[in-house]
Amino acid sequence: MTTLPPEAAAASRTAGISFILKKAFLSALVALVLFSLMVGIRTEAGPDGQLTYWTRFGELASLVGLVFGGSIVIELLRQWIGPVGTEKLVPAPVQQGLSFLGRYLAPVLLIFTILVPVIFYDQRYILDLAILVLTYVMLGWGLNVVVGLAGLLDLGYVAFYAVGAYSYALLATNFGWSFWICLPLAGILAAFWGVLLGFPVLRLRGDYLAIVTLAFGEIIRLVIINWQSLTGGPNGVSGIPRPTLFGIPLDNSDDGLAALLHIEYSPTHRIVFLFYLILALALLTNWVTIRLRRLPIGRAWEALREDEVACRALGINTTTTKLTAFATGAMFGGFAGAFFATRQGFISPESFTFQESALVLAIVVLGGMGSQLGVALAALAMIGGFELFRGFENYRMLVFGMAMVLIMIWRPRGLIGHRAPTVYLKKAQAISSDLVKEGHG
Amino acid sequence: MDHFDYFAQQLINGLVLGSIYGLIAIGYTMVYGIVGMINFAHGDIFMIGGFIALITFLILISIGLTAVPVILLIVLLVSMAITALYGWTVERIAYRPLRHSFRLAPMLSAIGMSFVLTNYSQVAQGARVKPIPPLITGGHTLHESADGFVIQLSNIQIVVVITTVVLLAIFTWLVSRTRLGRDMRACEQDQTMAALLGVDVDRTISMTFVIGAALAAVAGLMYLLYYGLVDFFMGFVAGIKAFTAAVLGGIGSLPGAMLGGLAIGLIETFWSAYFSVEYKDVAAFSILIVVLIFMPTGLLGRPEVEKV
Repeated sequence: MTTLPPEAAAASRTAGISFILKKAFLSALVALVLFSLMVGIRTEAGPDGQLTYWTRFGELASLVGLVFGGSIVIELLRQWIGPVGTEKLVPAPVQQGLSFLGRYLAPVLLIFTILVPVIFYDQRYILDLAILVLTYVMLGWGLNVVVGLAGLLDLGYVAFYAVGAYSYALLATNFGWSFWICLPLAGILAAFWGVLLGFPVLRLRGDYLAIVTLAFGEIIRLVIINWQSLTGGPNGVSGIPRPTLFGIPLDNSDDGLAALLHIEYSPTHRIVFLFYLILALALLTNWVTIRLRRLPIGRAWEALREDEVACRALGINTTTTKLTAFATGAMFGGFAGAFFATRQGFISPESFTFQESALVLAIVVLGGMGSQLGVALAALAMIGGFELFRGFENYRMLVFGMAMVLIMIWRPRGLIGHRAPTVYLKKAQAISSDLVKEGHG
Repeated sequence: MDHFDYFAQQLINGLVLGSIYGLIAIGYTMVYGIVGMINFAHGDIFMIGGFIALITFLILISIGLTAVPVILLIVLLVSMAITALYGWTVERIAYRPLRHSFRLAPMLSAIGMSFVLTNYSQVAQGARVKPIPPLITGGHTLHESADGFVIQLSNIQIVVVITTVVLLAIFTWLVSRTRLGRDMRACEQDQTMAALLGVDVDRTISMTFVIGAALAAVAGLMYLLYYGLVDFFMGFVAGIKAFTAAVLGGIGSLPGAMLGGLAIGLIETFWSAYFSVEYKDVAAFSILIVVLIFMPTGLLGRPEVEKV
């Protein structure tokens, strides 16, 4: 650290103050123009369709004031802490300790997760939230195969989630098939759609791939909305049967689980069962992904992500590589969809919007692409954080969007910015993700 | 009803809708050309443009202004100016800090920005649709068939098409003849080299967002005039369609964006007219997929060079 003579330091500090004030003033000015009409004036359609408006200059003034103050605070923080970089904040020994702890984080987290229904047995809300988080962990791990491992940017992942959910819902309500028959079928159908999507996008790269997958997701959603006779259109499908424990229903009936075990019936049984079901599905996803990474196909995915041209030069069949990545990712999406349908008992197209795709993609990227632990942590942070704002329904997505922007600025590489190699010589060394290319498909 | 008359009427409608899409698509294509990113917030910039135009209208009408051309001109300038500032802010917040980061990061921050803008306008202006009384009325009957079907060309359609053509002319001049345009093309080629040769890359990229947003504001105003309403969610659908248009035309290519916009507008209109309204978006997206299968870089796109 360089030390300045006192008078020079004082001079730079006063220059700093005028600089900060100038910057804050400019920000406030920009904010004033931005918010002037949108916030300062509120429009509303009257009863006869005539638009009326009224002014809200108080809100406008406080917003501009907030920007002014906030910009001073940010600038001061920036000057004190220096350029944003989390590594510099943490001294080396602490960092080593953290990475030592990190090795035990995954098993500890897993044990804690298994114990969640025991610890929070009486708290229905926490159990529901845990199921939701695990659903997104599973979706994140599923999409991770496509985006994290194979480097194919998929903005329409929710389509496979929808296919899985509707497959289960329609098979179960129309034919009365059990959850355990429908679950693999939902996965297979979703994988089939994954291959179907894979074919047209085989020749596309990068952003063309992104837009085609986005378009595909929208097509599926629009077809679901408009094919009223099959899917019930915007009304959705209701009365989806609850899952059974291999034929034993988890309800209050005479042949239900509670009656068989001679224990008192409680609706929490079903919640706990759902919890372990999604946990098992998520762990299955994780296990399959980790196993596949070691197999030739998994290595081909990672090679494809790094360099497609080199891949082809080495004789890797990029067609099958891409198609299997899409199919595998889609299959897990389909499983998650079937689970979603049986948990909710009701599905409608509203659950399968682009927002969901973006949320899952955000979880994968924020987690640090390709990192299984990172994805789980990111799902916990995003979904848990999202829940905190449940009281402010209108502001929830606003805050969520801002968080997405800020997190990307803070950690563009995600929470876990390095990963373990699949094969190594002598000693395993973590690879920084700065060395890894992504999303060139 | 004569088949040709019906066709001609749909052609007019499709071209008008296509011009609106084209104006939005230019913003996508410009940003893609220069920073190589999909600007996911662009559809919402279009929506904000529509809202600002609506509010300016209300104020001007309520202070007793009646001359339609004057109102239109003021609304155009105000919405372009404020929306351009929105574009600038999006670039400053969501793109500039991530310029040298890896590809997905700015894309996600732009998606986040899009959520912010959508929900910001929902919170600020409410979720309900905002209608305005028609400002430009009347039209011309181009042709009347024996059984009374008329091909209408309404004044508002004329205004939309003329505004689009004039703006395109100004814009083409801007890109091909001015210093700024030259800087933009230089940054598109190679940002590092352009910076070495004295081009202010930051400023050029900002200006790209500003111009794209201003054109989106014009599209928002045209949408407001044509359909007579705005709502907070319209940016998403129009945004995807316009982006589809940009990709269809070959992303990065300016004439391609306009061509793609017209193509999407025509496809959508004809599909609604001859097949089913419900599936018009499905048709537009399916055709995008089909075109990309056979022309992976769009209609006017340059083939991508694979570097090893």
